[in-house]
Amino acid sequence: MKFGIVTFPGSNCDYDAFQAVTDILGEEATYLWHKDHDLQGSEVIILPGGFSYGDYLRAGAIARFSPIMQEVAAHAKAGGPVLGICNGFQIACEAGLLPGALMRNLHLQFVSAEVRIRVENSDTMFTNLYDRGEILRMPVAHGDGRYVAPAGVLEELEAEGRIVFRYADGNGSISADANPNGSERNIAGIISEGGNVLGMMPHPERACSALLGSSDGVRLLESILARVAA
Amino acid sequence: MAKFRIAVHITPRKGLLDPQGNAVRDALHTLGFKAVRDVHVGRYIIVETDAYDALTAEDTVTDMCAKLLANPVTEDFEIESAVPA
Repeated sequence: MKFGIVTFPGSNCDYDAFQAVTDILGEEATYLWHKDHDLQGSEVIILPGGFSYGDYLRAGAIARFSPIMQEVAAHAKAGGPVLGICNGFQIACEAGLLPGALMRNLHLQFVSAEVRIRVENSDTMFTNLYDRGEILRMPVAHGDGRYVAPAGVLEELEAEGRIVFRYADGNGSISADANPNGSERNIAGIISEGGNVLGMMPHPERACSALLGSSDGVRLLESILARVAA
Repeated sequence: MAKFRIAVHITPRKGLLDPQGNAVRDALHTLGFKAVRDVHVGRYIIVETDAYDALTAEDTVTDMCAKLLANPVTEDFEIESAVPA
């Protein structure tokens, strides 16, 4: 299966995503330049982390209008899988692929740490190899990770099982202490109405090897493979 | 076509938590400005654009705000009257 990894000016996790897909998953990956108009036959799109366009105006605001994003939006609309990680999540929200927005962390500090997240929905194309309620360890590195959305949207996400990951403590409790950025309802990741766009602040692609502290991210990529190949 | 200059004020949506504004408010309190009740930090953008008239220029900038300059989920915007640039 071919993964397309979008490189915007300022992306810095595109290499990590590439390595995770090719070395760990053993699948094909290609970089997609932001000025390209062609997904080059990619079946899965990854919007990687970083600081696209210097986070000018708002994180993800300008990347949204790059030529490649028009193709990514069309791919998403047609039901194609899109995984937005960190800055990729911000871009997906700005592009309207996901509801809500990511605002400055509540404590105003950049947070670079390992967090724990609880799998809230294991019946998605990104999480089918996890167990519901399972606690995963993954790194976060962001300044604008506080998920916000109007109350009605939050209720809808909740009711439809579209909150896929929540920040939790080691026991699986959803507490304010476990929330690294002040996200509403400890939200770490959400999925689109169609179930094919996942946005998350933690980095599964950087949690793909025990040597790097955690391999909990591997099954996220394998889940996509299992579902899309099926 | 004439050249116009339009100023845009973008502020955090009223009622939404504004940690940056709160941090500045607290710093002002520490400095002795005890009377300060609230502070909000936003952006000030100046757009210079060609347009047939001031009204058209204002309409265009309003459209820019809705599409890019402000985030409809988290921010409010106000534009000032267009002035010849």
